[in-house]
Amino acid sequence: MEFFSHQTNYPFMATRKVWYGLSIVLMITSITMLFTRGLNLAIDFTGGVSAEASFPVTADLAAVRTQLAAAGFHDAVVQNVGSSRQIGVRLPPEPGVKIQQIRARLDAALKAVNPGVSGISLSVVGPQVGSQLLSSAWWALAGTLALIFIYIAWRFHTWRLSLGAILAVLHDPILVLGFFAATQMSFDLNVVAAVLAVIGYSLNDTVVVFDRIRERFEGNRRLAPNVVLDQAINQTLSRTIMTKVVTSIVVVALLVLGGPVLRGFSAALLIGILAGTYSSIYISSAIALQCGLTAEHLFPTVRKTAVDHLP
Amino acid sequence: MLEYARWKYVLIAVLLAVALLFALPNMFGSNPALQLAHADHSPVTTAQAHEVGAYLTAQKIPYQSLYVQSGRLLVRFSDVSDQLRAHDAVNARYQDTYISALALVSRTPAWLRAIGLKPMPLGLDLRGGLDLLYQVDIRSAIGQLLQTYAQDAGRALAGAGIHTNGISVVTTSGSTLPNAVRIALAPQTNVSAARDALSRALQGLTVTTESQTDGTVLQATMSQAQVQQRENYAMDQSITTLRNRVNQLGVSEPIVQRQGNDRIDVQLPGIQNPAEAANLLGQVATLQFRLNDTENNALQAQQTGNVPLGDQLFTDTASGFPVLLKREVIATGDELTDATVGESTQGPAVNITLDSRAGENMLRTTKANVGKQMGVVLMTKHSVTSVVDGKKVISYVTKEKVINDATIQGVFADRFEITGLTLGEAQDLAILLRSGSLPAPIAQVGEQIIGPSLGRQNIKWGVTALIVGMIGVLAFMAIYYKVFGLVADLVLVANVVLLTALLSMMHASLSLPGIAGIILTVGIAVDANVLIYERIREELRKGVSPQAAIRAGFEKAFSAIADSNITTLIAGLVLWIFGTGAIRGFAVVLTLGIATSMFTSLMGSRALVTLMYGGRRKIARLHI
Repeated sequence: MEFFSHQTNYPFMATRKVWYGLSIVLMITSITMLFTRGLNLAIDFTGGVSAEASFPVTADLAAVRTQLAAAGFHDAVVQNVGSSRQIGVRLPPEPGVKIQQIRARLDAALKAVNPGVSGISLSVVGPQVGSQLLSSAWWALAGTLALIFIYIAWRFHTWRLSLGAILAVLHDPILVLGFFAATQMSFDLNVVAAVLAVIGYSLNDTVVVFDRIRERFEGNRRLAPNVVLDQAINQTLSRTIMTKVVTSIVVVALLVLGGPVLRGFSAALLIGILAGTYSSIYISSAIALQCGLTAEHLFPTVRKTAVDHLP
Repeated sequence: MLEYARWKYVLIAVLLAVALLFALPNMFGSNPALQLAHADHSPVTTAQAHEVGAYLTAQKIPYQSLYVQSGRLLVRFSDVSDQLRAHDAVNARYQDTYISALALVSRTPAWLRAIGLKPMPLGLDLRGGLDLLYQVDIRSAIGQLLQTYAQDAGRALAGAGIHTNGISVVTTSGSTLPNAVRIALAPQTNVSAARDALSRALQGLTVTTESQTDGTVLQATMSQAQVQQRENYAMDQSITTLRNRVNQLGVSEPIVQRQGNDRIDVQLPGIQNPAEAANLLGQVATLQFRLNDTENNALQAQQTGNVPLGDQLFTDTASGFPVLLKREVIATGDELTDATVGESTQGPAVNITLDSRAGENMLRTTKANVGKQMGVVLMTKHSVTSVVDGKKVISYVTKEKVINDATIQGVFADRFEITGLTLGEAQDLAILLRSGSLPAPIAQVGEQIIGPSLGRQNIKWGVTALIVGMIGVLAFMAIYYKVFGLVADLVLVANVVLLTALLSMMHASLSLPGIAGIILTVGIAVDANVLIYERIREELRKGVSPQAAIRAGFEKAFSAIADSNITTLIAGLVLWIFGTGAIRGFAVVLTLGIATSMFTSLMGSRALVTLMYGGRRKIARLHI
């Protein structure tokens, strides 16, 4: 079985303006979503309480809300999770209140609704924890991008490819964030891990294409750069698609079967992988071409200084 | 003819065999168990073990096995409901004898355990438990050190006959202001003499002078390295103390680890009473042994409010009577090396051991004061979070109470006992004494409780996703690449084995994101094979002979595989370094997975393909 039994020859470079346009539209949409709707940050970042409890009978959500309000919890979000007997409660952070007290109050309020209630899970995050997590995530992002820029510039002798790779790779997490803003799926620490993994993974494709560009230029330095880039992308196309199909199989398995904890994580990976495939085919090489990439950049000729050998 | 060096075959075979051995313990699963330990760490005897066994049988609770391991009694059950019933039953009967904890014991056979092979421990999200996050006030540790420096400075300057207008301490967490001791010298002081005296007293600190309108100010500043060292010391010491306290709880396989600059993560699997655990861990206890003032009347002092000079008034928590203690401290909690519950002629007792310096002090004091009273003061600090100008500020409130007040019956030094207690009181006192002191106050900033049923559900989800994803990939590869696809499948399975072995070797605990990392690795590991096979197909399309195509496929794909994997590796490593908790778990698996997949697809699949096609002179057609 083969997806492409013959060598494809799509004119990716000639149509790059179209793809730029598409990417710009997608990115603007994502960024607008981020600013207008914002991310639905999980308590990992905001601080607060998230609890799940199980009732022996069908949970009376209204009674739970009343009791929580009576216990001094304002803006509590109560909903069913999994079944009608199980509820999820989310409470905003309460600065100045000790975690033990919050736990005791919550416990008493739920017991007042039905003494047979049993806790499934509880997490309380102090408001000071989240901001530090977020800042370390930013550092991780910046560190990753800087190191990758350096690595590609070193391996391929040109910043043009580095820039192409970094821009293409920034494009992917922005789309993922846009997706999370649009759907209002809960954005937790696992999603951050997925977004950072997407960066590494989407680069994988880009670098494979770059490797082929280098090989093509090596074979024939006189070929026009846009022809070489088209050839490189077309020749690696079957591999790019094939790998993505296989990775998508496992990520879809995670999404469908991995349970609620991993749902956001796998959704972020899936969107990221799709975006990454697109950007490594259509964007990264095109930007390098836009920056004037030539064979010369990949294989710099050592200039010989004229030395007078005559006595 | 294709060739592949023989030593490479040997290397691959040996590595795979070792990996299989290390991965093996993970195959056996685990049993729910109950762990019973004595509160004072004394080992459980075989007779006691039999007694517990007989009791469980009498209660009609079936158990699989019961044995003593490193002084603790372990009872294994075939299912969780038996474990929970046994837990309740044991707590009802043996509450004063044992600390009981729910545990998960691996079913790994004895011969594997004997050579030190263990399965990956499961993270809290997979087995249920309590996760507590603490923040250590490292600034106050610096502050304490600077206070000591300030006292030394005062003494040194007084000794040199130099007058000061005041000594103050500056502490900062940022880098803009220094951590320093500032000494305002009296006017007309010999500045250089003062400077010399200060430099001698505070070695290692940088002394600078500042001229101000009302005289010269000397400033002795700690270097960044000294501050760092002190902070690390405070963190290490806090971790040690927390670990001691966690051990008091009798939890099996607890994890206490530093997280970031000033946080400590405490993971307590299978804990039943999170509230109590959190309360015991959060206390900053420090102890003082002090003499009673018997010359003054404590009751009178309490009524009039006139506390004699050099004394401090307390209320004995046990009797409720007022107690006057002298301010001089004979021994502190830092000097206490051990406190255990024992039996004396007068009933239960707490046996105390001090270090030699405090022992000498105690000897001197008791010689002069036989028949008088000595009190034990427990100081606990509790963190209080409040909001000042819209910012969260954590402050600490110290509470002092006399937990024990006893008559000195004779002359003693570094070993003595406190009697006249009930068994319960003795146990509580021993635990409080032992938990020692923390070098800096800690505040709880996070807490997570995961019920055991949710843990089991999470495992089920993770494992199902892993199996389904894996089967999907294996089937797809076999269909798409035929024979070569089967080679890739073997290589993929080998990769999962290698990864599991590495994780087991590192004893990295497996969490749900970790399982996700393994699943993702399966997807990524395919990539290297795809690169090679697509290349072989490409060469075949060009009309190259099958053997040449295989050789070219492996050789030409190498640089693409190396470069692309190294970029992903960079991302994985950065996540590993910056990430905490679940993110780090995922990053560890991802990074190791990339490394093992490079090895298996570059070496493993080449070895297999060479083995299959290498011997033949002519290959009519490749099934790819």
